[in-house]
Amino acid sequence: MRQAPPITITRGKLVTPAGLIEGSIRLEAGRIAALGPDINPQVDDKTHDAKGALIAPGLVDLGVFAIDKPAFHFGGITRAALMPDQSPPLDYPSRVNFIAKSGKPDLWVHPLAAATCGLQGSELAEIALMKDAGARGVSTGRRWIADSGMMLRLLQYAAMLDLVVVTHAEDAALAGEAAATAGEIATRLGLPSAPAEAETLAIARDIALAELSGARLHIRQVTTARGFQLVREAKVRGVNVTCGITPAHFMLSDLAMADFRTFTRLSPPLRSEADRQAARTAIGEGVVDVIASGHDPRGPEAKRLPFADAAPGMAGAETLLAMTLGLVRDEVIDTPRAFELLSSKPAHLLNVDAGVLVEGHEADIALIDPDAPWFVDRSKMEATASNTPFDRQGVQGRVRALFKGGVRIAL
Amino acid sequence: MTSTQSPTAQSRFPAGRLAFPHRDLTGIGQLERHEILYLLDQAEQWVELNRQSTKHADLLAGLTIINAFFENSTRTLLSFEIAGKRLGADVVNMHAAQSSVKKGETLIDTAITLNAMRPDAIVIRHGSSGATQLIADKVDCPVLNAGDGQHEHPTQALLDALALRHKLRERGDSGDDFTGLTITICGDILHSRVARSNILCLQAMGASVRVCAPPALMPSGIDVLGVEPLHDFDAALRNADVVMMLRLQTERMEGQFIPSAREYHHLYGLTNARLAFAAGDAIVMHPGPMNRGVEIDSDVADMLDRSIITQQVEMGVAIRMACLDILTRRVRGVEGWA
Repeated sequence: MRQAPPITITRGKLVTPAGLIEGSIRLEAGRIAALGPDINPQVDDKTHDAKGALIAPGLVDLGVFAIDKPAFHFGGITRAALMPDQSPPLDYPSRVNFIAKSGKPDLWVHPLAAATCGLQGSELAEIALMKDAGARGVSTGRRWIADSGMMLRLLQYAAMLDLVVVTHAEDAALAGEAAATAGEIATRLGLPSAPAEAETLAIARDIALAELSGARLHIRQVTTARGFQLVREAKVRGVNVTCGITPAHFMLSDLAMADFRTFTRLSPPLRSEADRQAARTAIGEGVVDVIASGHDPRGPEAKRLPFADAAPGMAGAETLLAMTLGLVRDEVIDTPRAFELLSSKPAHLLNVDAGVLVEGHEADIALIDPDAPWFVDRSKMEATASNTPFDRQGVQGRVRALFKGGVRIAL
Repeated sequence: MTSTQSPTAQSRFPAGRLAFPHRDLTGIGQLERHEILYLLDQAEQWVELNRQSTKHADLLAGLTIINAFFENSTRTLLSFEIAGKRLGADVVNMHAAQSSVKKGETLIDTAITLNAMRPDAIVIRHGSSGATQLIADKVDCPVLNAGDGQHEHPTQALLDALALRHKLRERGDSGDDFTGLTITICGDILHSRVARSNILCLQAMGASVRVCAPPALMPSGIDVLGVEPLHDFDAALRNADVVMMLRLQTERMEGQFIPSAREYHHLYGLTNARLAFAAGDAIVMHPGPMNRGVEIDSDVADMLDRSIITQQVEMGVAIRMACLDILTRRVRGVEGWA
C-alpha cells in the first residue's frame, strides 16, 4: 500500500520538540514533505481537516510482547519493538527477519533480538546476523542475565554493533517466584514477595557494566525510587543509560492488588505508593526516557487463576496514550515531552528515522483529541485479550485518525 | 437445639442474619468483632453436643457439603467431615490427587463443575493465596476457606480463640474476649496462614500480639498489622499469657531459610526452661501438626494444666459445625436468615 495523492492535514496543532505550533503538514510519497504554520495544500492534494486536533508523530512502542494490530492502531502506535520472548524466541536470524516484515505496511515491527540462546542467559545468540536480519536492539527478555560475566560480554558485543541492550531489572535470585513487592499488601494477602531492592541490585550492576563496556543500556522498566536515583546519578556521570516505564507503575501502587485481581499481576510487580510517586517525579524531571505499553495480552487461561499462579502482564496498547496524557493534565509533563517519551526517544534508541515530525521522515502521523473523554471498557477492547487493570476507569485522549507512511488507517 | 433460640443470641447480637451477614467465610479480615463473638457463642452448643454420647443433630439433613481439598490435609479435612456429618449433612470429600486438576483442568473449571452438582456449601483448601475468593466468586453456594496459600485459615483462628476462651473460663475468667492478654506467636510466620488469621482474630478480640521468628521467616511490613515483631524468643516470651507455636512449613520454602532443625530448636524451640520466661501460668497452644523436638518439646506439649493443644482439635469440630450451620441458614430457610 503506497500513498497515492499527496495529503495535506490542515488546521491542527503540530507537536514539535519546540512546542505546539498551529499549522499544517503535507505528506507526499509516504514521507513528511513539509510542515509549519504557513503550509497550504497544493493543487491535487487531498486535504484532511484536523479541526484543531494534535498532529503528533505516531507512537513508537518500545517493548511489546505481541503484535496486536487493532490495539496498536487504536492507541496511535505505528511502530512497535517486539520483545524476543516469543515461541520460539527471537534468537535466530530467520525468525527476526520474518518478524521484521510481519506488520507491514500499516504497522512496522522492529524486532529486539534475544541476547542469549533461548533467552536462557548462558550462551550469546547470533546478534550480528540478527542485526543484519532487521533487529533494532537486543534484549534479555522478561528476565535478567544473572551471570555478570555473560552480561559484560553481551554489552561489549552490542556496543561494537551499536545496538541498544534492553534489559529487565530484577535480581533473579532475590526475586525468585515473587508475585508482589515485599510490604504490607503482600503480607496481608500472603503472597510470595521480594524486596524492591531486587530492582536496585539489578540496575546497579547493569549500570556498572554499561559504564565499563560503553554500551547503550536501556532498562525497560524502572519502578522504584532507588532505581530512579541510580539512573539519575549514572546519567549525571555520563553513562549511556536510558530507562522506561509502563503506565501501570505510575498509575497504580500495590494497593490495587488487594482483591487478588490477576490483571494487576505484573512483572516487575506493582510497588509501594512512595515508589509510584517517585516514578511520577522521575518522569517530570526527565530521568525517564520512554513510556511504553508493555503490551502483553493474556487470555483467561493465563489470568483466571489464583494470583500467584497467573501469568504476569497487561494489555496496555490501547491505554498508553490516554494514561500518558493524564500526566500532561496533572502537569507532570507538557505535551511535547509526552511525545518525546512516547515517540521520539524510543525511535532514537531503536535508531529509526521516526517519532518526530521533520521533513523526510516516514509519514507516521496520529491526529489526537487530547481532551476526548472515554471509559476503558474490557468488553469493548481491540486487543486480543482484555487484561487491563484500568477497566472502567474514565480517561481522556483519543486518536481521531492515524496515518502510516502517508496512508490513512481505518480505525 | 436450634441455635437461633439461644438466649445469648437474642440479647447480645443483631437479629437474624444481621448477626452474620456474609455468604462466605473467606477470612477473618472480612469479620467484625461482634461477628467473631457470635461464631464463638454459636459454637458452644456444639461443644456440649460433641461431649455427649450421641453426637448427632439433623440440622443439615438433606444438604450436600463438598470438601474440596487441593492440598494435603488430615486434621482439617477430618474435622470438617465430622462437623458436617454430625449436623446430618451428606459430606463428600474431593482430594486434588484424585481430581481432574491433574488432568490439566483449571481451578475455575473445577469450581464450576462442583457448583453444577448443586452442593449447599463448599469447603476449600488450596495452595495459592486468594484461591478461595476466586472460587467463591464463581459458585452459587456458601464457600468456607479451609486455608488458602499463605493468606488465611479462618476456622483455625476461630477454634484457637474458642479453645483459649474455654481455658480462661475454666480458670475463672468470665470475660468475653482477650482484652489485656499478651499473646506470642512464634515460628514460621512468613509461610503461615494460621499466623495471619490469628493475628487478625486475636487483635479483634482485644489481645496484644507479639510475633517471633528469625528474620528470614518474618514477613516484611508485619508491624503494620499492629503486632510487635521480635527475633529474640526469650524477649518475646517475657510475661506472655499465651504462647502459640507454629510448625516450620518446609513444604512452602523455596531455598534455605534456617541452617538446621537443631539450630532452630536452639533458638526457637519451646522448652520447659524457656517457658519460665512467660507468665506463671501461661497457656501453650499449637495448631498442629507438631514437630516434637523442633519447635516444641514433648514435656511442654503434654503439660496437662498448661497445654491446650488437644482442646484446640476438639474445638475445631464445634467451630466448623457452627460455621456450616450459620452459612446454610439461608438455604434452609431459617427464620430471619432467608
